[in-house]
Amino acid sequence: MAKGKITPEFKIIRDMEKCVSCQVCHRVCSNDAHLYDPDAGEVTSEDSRCVGCHFCETLCPTGALTIRRNPSEIKLNALWSGRALEDITRQSSTGGVLLTGMGNDRPFPVYFDHLLLNASQVTNPSIDPLREPMELRTYLGGKPDRLEIKEGQKPEEVLKSFLSSQISLETPILFSAMSYGSISLNAVKSLAKAAREAGTLWNTGEGGLHPDLYPFGPHLVVQVASGRFGVHQEYLEAGAAIEIKIGQGAKPGIGGHLPGEKVTEQISRTRMIPEGTDALSPAPHHDIYSIEDLKQLIFALKEAVRYRKPVGVKIAAVHNVAPIASGIVRAGADFVVIDGLRGGTGAAPRVIRDHVGIPIELAISVVDQRLREEGQRNRASLIAAGGFRNSADVVKAVALGADAVYVGTAALVALGCHVCQKCYTGKCNWGIATQDPYLTKRLNPEIGARRLVNLLRAWSLEIKEMLGGMGINALESLRGNREQLRAVGLAETDMKILGVKPAGEAW
Amino acid sequence: MKKIFIREEYCMNCRLCEVHCIVQNSKTRNIIKAYKGEYPKPVSRVLVEEKGYLSFALQCRHCEDAPCLEACITGAMHRDPESGAVLADEEKCVGCWMCIMVCPFGVISRHGEGKRVISKCNLCQGEEIPVCVKNCPNEAIVFEEAS
Amino acid sequence: MNREGKTFSGEVIIRAMASMHERSNGLGGGFAGYGIYPDHMDDYAFHVLYETPEARKQSEPSLEENYHLVKEEPIPTRQIDAVQNPPLVWRYFLRPRMERRISSVEAEEDFIVRTVMEINQKKTGAFIASSGKNMGIFKGVGYPEEIAEFFRLEEYRGYLWTGHGRFPTNTPGWWGGAHPFGLLDWSVVHNGEISSYGTNRRYLKNFGYDCAFYTDTEVITYLFDLLHRKHQLDFPVVAKILAAPLWDEIERMEEKDFHQFLRAVYGSALLNGPFAVIAAHNRAMVGLNDRIKLRPLVAAEWQENLYIASEESAIREVCPDPDRVWAPEAGEPVVGYLR
Repeated sequence: MAKGKITPEFKIIRDMEKCVSCQVCHRVCSNDAHLYDPDAGEVTSEDSRCVGCHFCETLCPTGALTIRRNPSEIKLNALWSGRALEDITRQSSTGGVLLTGMGNDRPFPVYFDHLLLNASQVTNPSIDPLREPMELRTYLGGKPDRLEIKEGQKPEEVLKSFLSSQISLETPILFSAMSYGSISLNAVKSLAKAAREAGTLWNTGEGGLHPDLYPFGPHLVVQVASGRFGVHQEYLEAGAAIEIKIGQGAKPGIGGHLPGEKVTEQISRTRMIPEGTDALSPAPHHDIYSIEDLKQLIFALKEAVRYRKPVGVKIAAVHNVAPIASGIVRAGADFVVIDGLRGGTGAAPRVIRDHVGIPIELAISVVDQRLREEGQRNRASLIAAGGFRNSADVVKAVALGADAVYVGTAALVALGCHVCQKCYTGKCNWGIATQDPYLTKRLNPEIGARRLVNLLRAWSLEIKEMLGGMGINALESLRGNREQLRAVGLAETDMKILGVKPAGEAW
Repeated sequence: MKKIFIREEYCMNCRLCEVHCIVQNSKTRNIIKAYKGEYPKPVSRVLVEEKGYLSFALQCRHCEDAPCLEACITGAMHRDPESGAVLADEEKCVGCWMCIMVCPFGVISRHGEGKRVISKCNLCQGEEIPVCVKNCPNEAIVFEEAS
Repeated sequence: MNREGKTFSGEVIIRAMASMHERSNGLGGGFAGYGIYPDHMDDYAFHVLYETPEARKQSEPSLEENYHLVKEEPIPTRQIDAVQNPPLVWRYFLRPRMERRISSVEAEEDFIVRTVMEINQKKTGAFIASSGKNMGIFKGVGYPEEIAEFFRLEEYRGYLWTGHGRFPTNTPGWWGGAHPFGLLDWSVVHNGEISSYGTNRRYLKNFGYDCAFYTDTEVITYLFDLLHRKHQLDFPVVAKILAAPLWDEIERMEEKDFHQFLRAVYGSALLNGPFAVIAAHNRAMVGLNDRIKLRPLVAAEWQENLYIASEESAIREVCPDPDRVWAPEAGEPVVGYLR
């Protein structure tokens, strides 16, 4: 119908000199964007179905395929962009909420790109990480201000009990919460294997824990989200830490959503819900309507695991993130996860993803500052999440005050994701955001784990180089050390909130 | 000996193995010329079997007690002492097709138009690893020591 | 330091410092002397630098509000060409007014720390260089021997002396920024650059210490005060926090759990970057290097005397034939206790 026609977003350019009609593209595209005409012996393309995932382009043996953005033919208009028109056209046809996947793609400022790092020269020697020790080890968990031994306690017991309440990481990068359901079991296995090998942690997300994955428990953070999917005693015991999910950066204020198409038999069993039904997590936990309820849940979980595991809380970065985080620490959380504006998701209403929340750089700065002002920064570790693209982003986040960093999108990109944002359809060609057995086969967990370990290793080496350049040889000396950052091109209020001086200013 | 092992849980039915086998056994070993220019186009010696979402690449298993070796009337089918592979000598093959009939896996085929000889996997003699294994994007086939 | 508490003239330290003239550039020099005010042993001796006479008028009321003035006078100085435009240098012998504490549980030392920081934070041009009993810090812009001449240090006798010559790298040379750095009876002299300054400074803020002097040495002083005085940790333990051993080394230690605890809890107190530090208070002197020993530090003993310096030549200048000379290991403190 002419009224509702949407211009295709992408154009498939096939170089006919190079195309040998081997049909690989036709066989692999889950959206049927390539078609084989047996009479002509040729492969043709249906542009409107292409989502821009680049799977065919990657596999094509002659490099005959190029995926181009289809230039919009509408009259140039700074306000009424092609996307604005398209959204209205779609909604007039469907009457529904527009869904999307992955993180905010709008051009809000990326503060990391305005922050620069220091290097030591002359007065302070930089350190060469290939010749001198460079330590990235981090301990997550609440810490006392000093060693206190009460009456009747033995020092060794106090120390042992403290150390067992901490999680030790060899690198400050962890894998963010991505549920089994939003991503395939093979993707989850890749994360689990890589976390074990690299000495870091992965996170169940809202999806519960598949039986095959219990052996990876020592490197796991189990999440208790509002839907309480898959939460039972063994689940809580299985992980190294428990994370109560109050919100996430991609959709602050609303709950998780797994479309019914993705709820297969295995998902149904792992999450403990009926097959084929939408898995909707409610927005608030139905037993948490205020901070005192949260305190109750934190301690209920601590009791359930006999205080042997740290219990933390994950929130989205919103306007009042500083007092919220402060309240959470007072409520007894051992770590607080803050997920910023750019956090990813498997499915969310696009309008929420793009317009709700604040950037992680600002959130970390204000939370870290507020906790220090209140004298309780040691009581909980801070983990930052939401759009970390490279090791420099990680270093800057630590300098602003984070103890560690969660990466989600970056991990998926390592597995092949091209951020086409169609996760909610369940047709991910890379075998990541799908439960379709034709597609999940494509993600070999051995290869996936290998690539993730490589990514972590590469970033860790880069972090060591940057630390050495700053004359620092232990990560704890960078945490909250805003002296090592300078800002370029930021307004005074931004710099004040970040607590960073402008570039050019010395001590 | 090193053999090709199948891991069907990772095969995505893209058939790139077939494409690269064709190129490897072409005259020019150039994919565009092989597909567009050469006549006859060689036949792939590996074939992907599929049923539903299950698929895997199947080629000559280089069996320890190979029926084709027994069936060959001219001795064209022989075992290479170094690699342990079962190879077909094109000079000696007379195109009786007995090996095709006895092969339990059905991985031997006729050469394609023009030559009355058989065609089957020869483990890419002369290459370090067979090109189907090298080019499988998901490591669904691997080249390992048979234990 | 004379560990028996026998005093000796300031001349000794002046000679030692003069021999290391080339290490400074004339933009800072200073000394700390302990046992120099035997007549006022129980009073707090505040050495205050006033940039202008107005600064003195503005600050003295705060002092009077919080302390009984036992005696006040300008610090005796002599005019020399090398020291141009010196600030007013004053000393006060004081007793704290205990009724001015913010609560009945505030300890006397915490009261001193709080009121001293308040005055320094105000930035009226008044800086309290030292605030301990029976000790004082003399410092300014100039070579150490020039500062010593200016303050007539040869006239004083003490049982513990420290000295410093500055080659400032990050902040411009100014009277308040010279070393030694002091709070209560702590004095710290420092060679190096603390790259973890930003982290340390914000950690100290948690405990009520405000850094006002734009120099990284400040955090070292406050960390000593926090860890040794308030958290009551011995100097060897303090050293294991400030110059923490590597994780690999900790794995091999017998007291593995204790050291893991120290690093995990006190991670933000770790001093990163090269340093050689000599800290002192009324009853001890401590020398310490950073964990990978990037600055020189030498120690020596002769009879009851302990010497710590950046160079052996400085020690030998005043002690030609020591019983023992050694270079302390990275992260291992050298401690001299008053007997």
